[in-house]
This record gives sequence, C-alpha cells and structure tokens, in this order.
Amino acid sequence: MKSKLLLIVFMLFSSFAFSQLYEVSGTVIDATSGSPLPGVNVAVKSQNLFTSTDFDGKFKLPKIPSGSTVVFTYVGYKVYEVKVNQNETLTVKLTEESNKLEEVVVIGYGSKKKQDVTGSVSLVSAKTIEELKPFKVEQALQGTVSGVTVTQQSGAPGAGLDIRIRGIATNGNNAPLAIIDGYQGDLSLLNPDDIESITVLKDAQAAIYGTIGANGVLLVTTKSGKRNSKTKVTYNTYSGMQETTRKLSLLNATEYALLLNESYANGGQALPYPDVSGLGKGTDWQNKIFSKAPVVNHDFSIMGGSDKISYTFSASDLYQEGIIGSAKSDFKRNTARLGLNADVTDKIKLQTNIIYTYIDRDAVNDSGLGSVLFNAINTPSTLSVYDTNGNYTLVPSTPGFGIEVINPLAQIDNTYNDYKLKKLSGTFSVDYSIIKNLKVTGRMGFNSSNSKGKSFSKAVSYGGKVFDVTRSSVSQNAIEDNNYTFDFFAEYKHKLLENHNFKATLGTTVYKEYGNGLFATGYDVPNNSWENADISLAIGTSPNGGRDVGSYAYDERRLSYFGRLEYDFKEKYLLSLAVRRDASTKFGPDNRVAIFPSITAGWKISDESFFKKSKYFNFLKLRASYGILGNDQIRNNGYVGSLSGEGTYVFNGNIVNGTAVGVLPNPKLQWEEAKKFDVGLDANFLNNKLETVVDYFIDTRDKLLIGNIPVSGITGVYAPGSGSPTINAGSVRNSGLEFSLNYKQTVSDNFKFSLGYNITTIKNEVLSVNNSTGFLEGGAFGVGQLAPSRMQVGQPIGFFYGYKTDGIFQNQAEVDVHPSQLALGANAVPGDIRFKDLNNDGVIDTKDRTNIGDPIPDVTMGFNVNLNYKGFDFVAYAFASLGNDMVRNYERALSDVNKLNYVLGRWTGEGTSNTVPRVTTAASANNVFSDYFVEDASFLRIQNVQLGYTLNNKFSEKIGITKLRLYTSVNNLYTFTKYRGFDPSASSGSPIGGGIDYGFYPTPRTYIVGLNINF
Amino acid sequence: MKNRIFKAVIAIVAFAAISVSCSDSFVDRDPVYSIDSENYFNSEADYRQALIAAYDLLQATYVNVLLGEIASDNTLSGGESANDVIGFQQVDEMIHTPNNSNLRDIWNWMFAGVNRANYILEFKDKIDFEGKNQIIAEARFLRAYYQFELVKWFGGIPMKGDFRFKLNDEKTIPRSPVADVYASIENDLLFAIDNLSAVAPQTGRATKGAAQALLGKVYLYQNKFVNSANVLEQLISSNSYSLVPNYNNIFENNNENNVESVFEVQYTDGEGASFGCLQCSEGNVAVGFNGIRNYSGPVFDSGYSFNVPTQQAYNAFEVGDNRRDVAVLNIVTWAAANNATYGTGYKHTGFFNRKYLPRQGDLNIGDQNLTNPNNYRAIRYADVLLMAAEAYNRGGIDDTKARFYLNQVRRRAFGDTNHDISASGAALTDFILAERRVELMGEGHRFFDLVRTGKAAQAITNFTPNKNELFPIPIEEIQFSNGNWQQNPGY
Repeated sequence: MKSKLLLIVFMLFSSFAFSQLYEVSGTVIDATSGSPLPGVNVAVKSQNLFTSTDFDGKFKLPKIPSGSTVVFTYVGYKVYEVKVNQNETLTVKLTEESNKLEEVVVIGYGSKKKQDVTGSVSLVSAKTIEELKPFKVEQALQGTVSGVTVTQQSGAPGAGLDIRIRGIATNGNNAPLAIIDGYQGDLSLLNPDDIESITVLKDAQAAIYGTIGANGVLLVTTKSGKRNSKTKVTYNTYSGMQETTRKLSLLNATEYALLLNESYANGGQALPYPDVSGLGKGTDWQNKIFSKAPVVNHDFSIMGGSDKISYTFSASDLYQEGIIGSAKSDFKRNTARLGLNADVTDKIKLQTNIIYTYIDRDAVNDSGLGSVLFNAINTPSTLSVYDTNGNYTLVPSTPGFGIEVINPLAQIDNTYNDYKLKKLSGTFSVDYSIIKNLKVTGRMGFNSSNSKGKSFSKAVSYGGKVFDVTRSSVSQNAIEDNNYTFDFFAEYKHKLLENHNFKATLGTTVYKEYGNGLFATGYDVPNNSWENADISLAIGTSPNGGRDVGSYAYDERRLSYFGRLEYDFKEKYLLSLAVRRDASTKFGPDNRVAIFPSITAGWKISDESFFKKSKYFNFLKLRASYGILGNDQIRNNGYVGSLSGEGTYVFNGNIVNGTAVGVLPNPKLQWEEAKKFDVGLDANFLNNKLETVVDYFIDTRDKLLIGNIPVSGITGVYAPGSGSPTINAGSVRNSGLEFSLNYKQTVSDNFKFSLGYNITTIKNEVLSVNNSTGFLEGGAFGVGQLAPSRMQVGQPIGFFYGYKTDGIFQNQAEVDVHPSQLALGANAVPGDIRFKDLNNDGVIDTKDRTNIGDPIPDVTMGFNVNLNYKGFDFVAYAFASLGNDMVRNYERALSDVNKLNYVLGRWTGEGTSNTVPRVTTAASANNVFSDYFVEDASFLRIQNVQLGYTLNNKFSEKIGITKLRLYTSVNNLYTFTKYRGFDPSASSGSPIGGGIDYGFYPTPRTYIVGLNINF
Repeated sequence: MKNRIFKAVIAIVAFAAISVSCSDSFVDRDPVYSIDSENYFNSEADYRQALIAAYDLLQATYVNVLLGEIASDNTLSGGESANDVIGFQQVDEMIHTPNNSNLRDIWNWMFAGVNRANYILEFKDKIDFEGKNQIIAEARFLRAYYQFELVKWFGGIPMKGDFRFKLNDEKTIPRSPVADVYASIENDLLFAIDNLSAVAPQTGRATKGAAQALLGKVYLYQNKFVNSANVLEQLISSNSYSLVPNYNNIFENNNENNVESVFEVQYTDGEGASFGCLQCSEGNVAVGFNGIRNYSGPVFDSGYSFNVPTQQAYNAFEVGDNRRDVAVLNIVTWAAANNATYGTGYKHTGFFNRKYLPRQGDLNIGDQNLTNPNNYRAIRYADVLLMAAEAYNRGGIDDTKARFYLNQVRRRAFGDTNHDISASGAALTDFILAERRVELMGEGHRFFDLVRTGKAAQAITNFTPNKNELFPIPIEEIQFSNGNWQQNPGY
C-alpha cells in the first residue's frame, strides 16, 4: 500500500517537473527521390524516448520535453538533428551518404575515418555477407576485396578454407591473424550473420600486431545493438539443395573393355575382354556416389537499445549434408551470442560479447590417394555395385588394379567418424575516460573450446587391399584449447596550434594459449558395429604391449608493448608511426624479444588549393607505408632439445618403449621477418559515386622458418620421431598491383544499382633457400615418384618440377634419333611421350627436370553487380583466377583402372595423336611427372546470383512485420574453365605441394530459397 | 583542474603498475611435460630406456637385407613397374648413382643408430650403478653393428668417438679410413665380449656370443683369418648354439630366437607405421615388400613382389638339397598344388624369397604390408660355422676343421653324409663360398660375400670393378659436407 502511494506521488512529481510536453510527428523522406523511408530511427537525445518510421515514413513522438533534440538516423544516410520547442509536424529529408569516406574503419587498437586511413585497408560489410550467404565466413572474402584469395581444401561440408593476403610468403603457415572484437580468435567458427564488418589490413598498418601480423590481419567486428533504437527482431532462414558442379567424362563399360584389350595387346598379353558385346555402359560410379544434399539455415536476432544500454542477442542453426556420403559427411553449426554495451557513468563504458559455438561434423576420406572420388574415378564401369549375393562388389585383387582402388560405395558405407566441438568465446571491456581526450581501455578476450573426436575402424576385407582391417578398433580423442588476450591501452588526443592534431596510443597485450589433448584406441569393437564403437566396450588392447594412448600439452605465451603516434596537419597531411615489442615463448632464449617498427603516411591532394575539386573529380589521396612485421607460427619449443623421439623395440616378444632424442633444437630460432612496402592512391569521381583504389606493394619475407630442414644424416635426424631443426633460412618476395572500383548510382526513385570490380596481380619469387641443397621439396605425384613441388631460388614458391614433353614419338625413326629415355623407366617406342633433353647431355634423366608450371595465379579478379528495382533486388558475384596450374593426379597409373575419355584420342599409329600417348600394359615412361599432367586451371566462377523481392510494406505491416523479403539464389552457379578435374579452385593449401589434384571433393552448386523477416 | 591532474596521475600509476607486472618473466616458462635431452641419465632406468631406443634402428636394417639381396646375383628388383621404388631398380641394374633415396635411407638410418648408441656413451660416466657395464657393452655392440653396416655399404665413414654428431660436424669431421673404422668396431666388440653376459637378460638383447660372431665376421671382411678363426672357435666351443635339426623350421614365426640364432633382429605385428616413416615400423617392412603380388591362396599373404630370386639362384641348389624349397618359392608349382592365384609384377621370375614372405594369421596392425612380425635371423650358427670354415681354410690354418664345420652345415641340408666335401685348399674355398650362397640365400649376405672375395664382377651383371664394391655416398651428404667428404671412386 505504502509503495503504491509513493508511486503516485512520484508520478505527480514527475509530471509537474516536465509540465511542458510537446508532440512531434511527421514524415521522413529521401532527399533526392522524395520517397518515404521506412524504419528510420527517431530518438530524443538524452531521453529514453524513441521510435521508428512506418512504411509510409511516418512517425509520432508524443510527450517530449521542450528544448529536446530529435535525432534521425538511417543506415546509408547522413544523421539529421532538429530541436523541438513546440508541437510540430515535420517533413524530414535525409540525404544519402553517397561515399564511404566518413565511414569509420577499425585499424587495430583504435579506429579511424576511412578518408584518414594511411594504410592499405579493405572492408567487407555485413551487406556483402548477407548477399553472398556463405556457409562459412571465409567464403565472403573470396573475390570481394582485392589482394585476398581464398581456397577451399575440399567441398565437403565444414571443410577448411585458406585465406591468403597478398600471396604466399612462407613455406610455413600463411594464415592471416583474425582479431574478433579485439581478441585473437578463429574466423572459421563464427556465424556469418553475426558479423558487422571485416577489415583487412594488408600492409605495414598491421605492424601494430608485431610478430603475429606478417600474414595480414582480419579485424572482425560483430553486430551490436544501436542506442536509442526500437527493438528489432530479425529472422532469416533459407534452405537449399546442393549438387555437384561437375562429373568427369570417364569411359563407359564398352569403351573401357575395348581400350583394355588394346592396352593388353600392345603389351603382348592376352585380351581381357575377348567379347565386349553386352557390356553396354556399365556402372557410372560418379552417379552412384554423388547425390543431392540439403542445407538449411535459421538465424534469429534481437537487438536494440536505450539511452545508456544497447543489446544484441542472436542464435543460429546451420545443417549441411555432403554431396558425397550425405549424412556421413555432414556439418552442423549452432551459435548463440549475447552482446551488451552500457554507459555506467558518463566516463565509464562497459562492453561484453559472448559467443557460444557448437559444431558436429562427420567426414569421408575426401583427399589424397584412396579418397572416395579417387576410387570412383578409377573403379571400372564394368563392375557392378553389388555382386549377385547383394554384397558390395570387390575390385579384383590383381596387379592391374593395384592395392589401393576399392569400391567407393563400400568405402563410404564403412566410414564411421564423429567430431564435436563446443566453444565459448568472448570479450569483456571497460573504457574509462579519465580526463578529456584521455581514455584507457582494459579488455579481456578469451576462447575456450573442447572437442571430441571418434573414428571407428571396422574390421573389413576388400579382398587384399591396403584398406583391409583385420581387427576392429575405435580411436577417440578429447582436446581442450584455451587462450586469452588481455589488452590494456591508453589513447590520448591533443590539438596544438589549431591545425596540428596528435593522437597517441600506448599499451600492452598479454596473450597466452594453453591446452592439452588425450588420445586412446580400443580394439575388438563388439559386433564390429558403430553402435558399440566406444572404448568402454572395445576392451581389446594392442598386441604385444603396444601403446594405445597418447597425450600432449602446451603453454605458449606472448607479451607485447606497443605505441602509436598519429599526426595530421589540417587533416591533410597524415602520418602514423608505430612500434611494437614482442617477447614470445616460440623463440629461443637468445632471441626472445623482437621489435617491429612501421610508418604510414597520407596526403589528401584533393584538399590542396591547387586541386580543383569538381563534380567529376572530388577526392584524391596518396598513401605510402613501410614496416617490419613478424610471423611466429612454427612448432612449439623448437629451441630446446627434448626426448620426444620414438625408441620402440621388442624384448621378450613384447613391445618396449624407450626414450630417444626428438627433433633437434635450434637455440637461435627466431621469427620470420616481413618487410612490407605499399604505395597507393584513393580517388573518387562523380560526386563520390565512383570510388577507386590502386595499390602497388612489395612484401619481402626474410628469415623464413624452414622446418625439418634437410641436414646431414650423421646427426641422427632420420631416427623415428626425430627430425631436423627449424632454421631461419629462406626468403620470398611477393609484389603486385591491386585495383578496385566501386560505382553506385540512384537512377530514379525505383531504380538503383552498384557495380564493383577488383583485380590483383601477384608475382612470387623465392629469393633464397639456405639449406644445403638450395631447394625444398613437397607434395606427391603418383606412387613412388619423386616429389613434384619445389621451393627454389628464382622460382615461384611451390612450382612444379618435372619433365617437359615434346609430343609423341610417331615412328621408330623418331625414337632412334632421340636421346635414350631408359633412365625414366623404359626405352621409348612409337606412341610414347617424347621428353626434352634440356641439358643436352644426350640422355633423358632426372637432370632434365625443370619448372613446368605453378599453382599461384598471376591475376585474380572479383566482380559484383547489385540492382534494385522497386521491390526487386538482384545481385551477382563472380571471381576469376588466371594463370594457376593444377596437377592431374587422380588417375592411378595402373593398367586396369578406369580412365578419362580423353584417352579415346590416344596414339594408335603414326599421325593419330601428338598429345595423348598409346595405351599399354608394358613398362613405359609415360607416367613420370611431366607437363603432360599439368593443366591450366584458370577459371571464372559465377559465385552467387540472387534475386529477391521485398513484399509491399502495407500488406506486411498488417500482420505486424516491418519487412518481409523473399529471395532465391544459386551459390557457385557455374565455373568456366579448361581444367578437366572436378574443381580448379581447390587446393590443399600447402605452400609446397598445393595445386595437386587427387580428386578434390568439388564445391557444390547450391540452389537456395530464403526468407528475411524483421519485426 | 586539480581533480584532472589527480586523475591523470592515478591513471599513469595504474598503467605503469599493470604494465610492469607483466614483465618478460611471463615468457620464461619451461616447456610442458618435456625432458631436456641434455639433462638426462639420472637413474639406471634412464640408461635402460635410452638403450631400447638404440636397439630400435636395428629394425630399419630391413632395407640393408632387401637391397643387399637385390644388389647380388640372387634376386631381381621386381615390384609393380620399372618405376616402382626407382632406387631398388637402379641398384638391381647396377646403374645406381649418388642420387638414390634407398641408399640414402641406409646411410641415414645406420647413422641414426650410431648416434643413439653414442647418446648413451656420451653420458656413460654420469652416474654409477650395478650392471652399467652390461648396458655400455650393449651400446657398444650396437654401435659396432651399425658401423659395420656403414663400412660395408659405403667404406670409410666419419667417426666422433663417444659423442653424438652435431650439426656442421659434416663440414669438419673427415671420413675415417676403412681400417680406422674397423679398428673402432673391433674395439667395441672386444669390450662387448668382455662385458656381455652369455645369456641375454631379455630375448632380443645382445649376448657375448653375438659379439663374438660379429667380431669373427668383421675380421673375415678384413681377411684377418687367424683372428677370425680364434674368436669364432671360442664361440663354437662354448657350445651355446647348435643347428636347428630341420632347415624347414628355422624361418617360421613360431621358431624365432631358436638355438641357431646367435643374433636376431626382433619384429612384431603389433605396431606399424606408414610409408612416410618406414623406419618407424615395429614390423619387418622387407617381408611385405617381398610378398607375392596379388596372392590368393593358403599359407602366405600378398605383398609388393620385390626381391624376386632368379632362375640361376634357384638352380644353384644341388639336387637333393632340402634348402631350395625353403629359400625359394616356385610360385607356378605352388599355385598348381594349392589352387592359389597370384599376379605377375615387374621382372617376374616365378620365384619368391620364401624365408621372408608374409605369413597368414598375422595381425599386421597399422598397415598390412609394413607390419609383418618375421624376425630377421641376423647371425645364424650356420653362418658362424661357414665363417669359421672359411677362416680356417683361407688362412691356411686347418682345412680339416674347415671341412668339419662345412660338412655340419651340409649334412643338415641333405640329411645325409653322402654330400660331404672332401676338397682342400682353393677348391675347398670355392665349396665354402658356394655353400654360403645357398645356405644364406635371401638373408642379405651374398653381395658383400662376392665383393670381399673379389668375385662380384664375374657374378653380377653390369658390376664395374673398382666402383661397385662400394655404394655411393648420398649426393645430399656430399653437398652437406661442403667439400669435406669425397665421393667414392667411380661415382
């Protein structure tokens, strides 16, 4: 009772205090077109009063105090403020923010207006992500910004993607650093819908991140609620159907049998198929393994804010099945996120953002010799899927089939695994404005994840193949990974003599990552079934005392201090100096500490008096930057010797484990050093409708950490579990040109469009490899052949090293005049490939190998178009990669396996072919690694095409919906390429050994229907 | 104003306090669960553990055995095709060059063994405990074993006493002359003979007999016949070993470490490896490589069809010699008799190395072909008898004794005394060497026996005298040495 009374008194009191209340209403329209703008945020400054416009652009704010300022904000438009002293009906005209110069860009430990940025920076906005509908965030960087390439390791759901900023600079880890709301995080696990923007730092601007910045930095900002805005509820959903983009042209059963007969006849053997009639087309193994697979996504969010607090909450659910193996290669991702932002006092601001992620992924063997696709390509079409007893047909165990090719459907059926990850990550941050212009920030970001993996190795017989398992087992692991980033920094602004502006940032970052992994295997799974596949039931142990368990633990730390001084004169001449000092556990005691300086500068030429600003040419800025950055992504503890070697032997018939020296240490180990130079021009034309950016860059990476560097065997490095030390011994240079262009125009009230184009050229050259041989090798081709990829001075990193071909020997006379090819495996006969004697020593041998291509594209391009007509919107994204080569390595070089149908054009006699050699079961040198197997994998891919329709608002408003959009899109619509394999864009991501195709799981084409609803 | 200054001071103090509290000591942490290799050998157990690791590289000698056979006139390379393991193919054709990854494996793995033995010997004086000499003696035996392999294959090698080789030693430590290497091996084995027990503490560990047998062999390789005869006589007269009565039983998995085994390399089917690290397998990799290609039938498992015996090797057995069908599998007659099928690989001869073929019923954990449990009978008593016979005969010491030892071996082979040899002198030498070939066929000795007796050129096609007696130092090692090491003659 008493409290009620109090409330009444309070209410009376407050109405008395604000006796002068007015009502403001009106319409908000677009200044140029005059059309009403729905959803504009209308708020009263310093009051907890706000609303937004309806579909006719109308709003009403009753009871606002006299003298209040009403603020109108709308994405893409300039903010408009008006003071109110009476009851008013306003017509507010908002003007479109036609250029992005006022946009604020995050640059690492701070932010900057885009026009004042002095480094080379690209931005991917939430809009781009919305349009592209990527399943994983990395895909949104593909083709959308210059200087960034993204390759997919496999088209399987949830498979990894590799981002490369300005090329491949190291034989080690090339992955850029991802900073999510200030803390070091993992881009690949985020829900794409949670992202507000991704800023890509490509040049020395990233030097503020010191020893972790050399591969470039991706600064991710997650979405947060806006102050003084009405609660906005969004629900997005789509569902789609995925299918393979391509099937290879393989031989059908009759073609196969005829070809095999010819091959056997050429080898002087009896015909395997004396009668080919009735074989028909046989089994199309690709049709058997590829299926249409669904993908469904739901994303829900609520955001809003009052005067002092804003909030955002989101949840998402993605489920994707694989086009190979369906549910056996599926991916599920759930995320939930809560973000809060509060002004505790005028001076103290708190911010927090917590993300929970759950991932469940199953996978089939999708890369390398023995992958499902590899088997589908090599299993002949004469075999049926099932035998007469209904069991899977076995691929015969004869030399012609080797011991690796098995029935791919049986393989999928016998694949059982499961991977689950739970992760909690987030940040807490406090800003304290101590005095005017001095702000300190303390923040703590963290990632904490647990994953569990299980794989069941079913006892199975493929009839004498390497995949036969005599004894069932289940292997399980539990891995825990944690890290935290603690930042503490102060920012001070000062203005001197009116025109000199200073901003100083000084701070420290503490980073620690720690975790452990536990592995175990149990044998003899009851009933040989997945249902019983758990160590609790599989109680058999390794025979003879073998070890069934393993574990690891790590604790890596980094302590950094940094300072940055930004200066400008009249906002016209811009200069930024930064230095960072890092101490890291990755390096030996002699080299614990590293210092990374950088300088970036800009000159807004368009602000000079001599520059005649016009409607046609209205902004010009020259930028230049130089800095030294580091890369510390190497094996842990490489500077100290450990007893991690394998010393296992057999005493008394039992396995005994001893202790042995592990990988040899290098106490002098230190970071890789990147020297980055960039010069760029930003120019805007046609009233900022046309924006262009051009950059030239030279990145030189020195002191490359060459792990397992070949050293003399006398040191014992080839003992089990041992290895060569990691030595700073190489150097690579990437240089290139980037250009991007964006054009945006509102033609009329009903029609708007924008265009974007970007192009990047990269020249990669290895400058030094200071090991004894002068090169590093990697990759694999065929079985038992020399390594096909190299890193060698004067060549692009990871180029292909093999023989050059010179057509086909047409007759014996040609063979006789050519140097002997015996050293390659067999004497040539007519119909065999002729290899070039490059060193002219009269014999073809390993010394005649040379550069026969490389997987690095010379040019990459991105193109996008965006059209809006009335309620319709249309977007299309495309990207192209030119000059990248790929090695065709999915054909098992055996006599009886199936073949691609290009062999139908083989040499069968003089003059029949000068490109495809004869077929034979006899020994030949045709399968050694040569340019015959290297194909141009240049491609142009229509990445996404989307057509949307936003429902007439008057209709949707009746059911309480502020926006209702329906759309349909096709991801990965079509790829134009000459490449014969499944996917020219795929790569293992290895710097040395990338671009070798074992039958990559192709990125699927996805047809999507979706819905966006806002309440 | 005052307030602002006060706040600024607090801020600076707080800032400094937090920054300083994070000093560089934050990154002074010890690696988690890691033992520094230079701070080991603090207990007896540490020595024992390190010794196990020194034995480990014995398993890598599978390639010495396999390639030793292929190099000789006993077998051809085989495999799937002319390009299958190109290093084997080249050695078979005697066209191998310093660029041969399989020869490099031998260099790398045997030196890895030397270094693991030296890891123990480097710290041999760190602590004392009862039984340490046994461990030191085993380490020295192993070092001798590995160095003997190296000197057989490559001639003179770098040596660094009881110390592990460090990086850059290859640029400063020269290749010791062959005589010095043998002197080191002899010293190690003499120490081992004095300190090893006659009975192994655990099956698989080196014994006094093993050291004597190896020393006898080492002397024989240097034509030190008197020394060889002496040490082998001690071994024989110790009566610790005898011939297994039936030759058929020696090589089966249920008869490992038998009375005839003077030294045996231990393998198991319980823990495998991948092609990326063949030396990591606890199984006998050579066995899978020897296996019959695409075999389907009783007794055997299939394999990669390398190391296939020649017709001439098959014919080297006299009529009535029980050893032929144990050493060589005639696949045509076998398949016909057992309703088996098989594939033909490269250089198919119709014969397989039966002593070391994969047997059915093995677990082969890891990889079917890389984890076979067949122990390698490294030094058999039969080998000891034949070596002793050779030493007595070639040293002109006692042909009667030589014949006595030779005929012990022959009597088992033929099951009678009708095939006893009665020759003397050079004729007896020829009989002994011929006997070595058939008795030890498939066991990796033939090539080196031919070389040390000067008969390689006449027996092996394409063998170039004054070149092929040794194998080339790997090209990579010549490059690493930066001019410190010279390539072997002719390469």
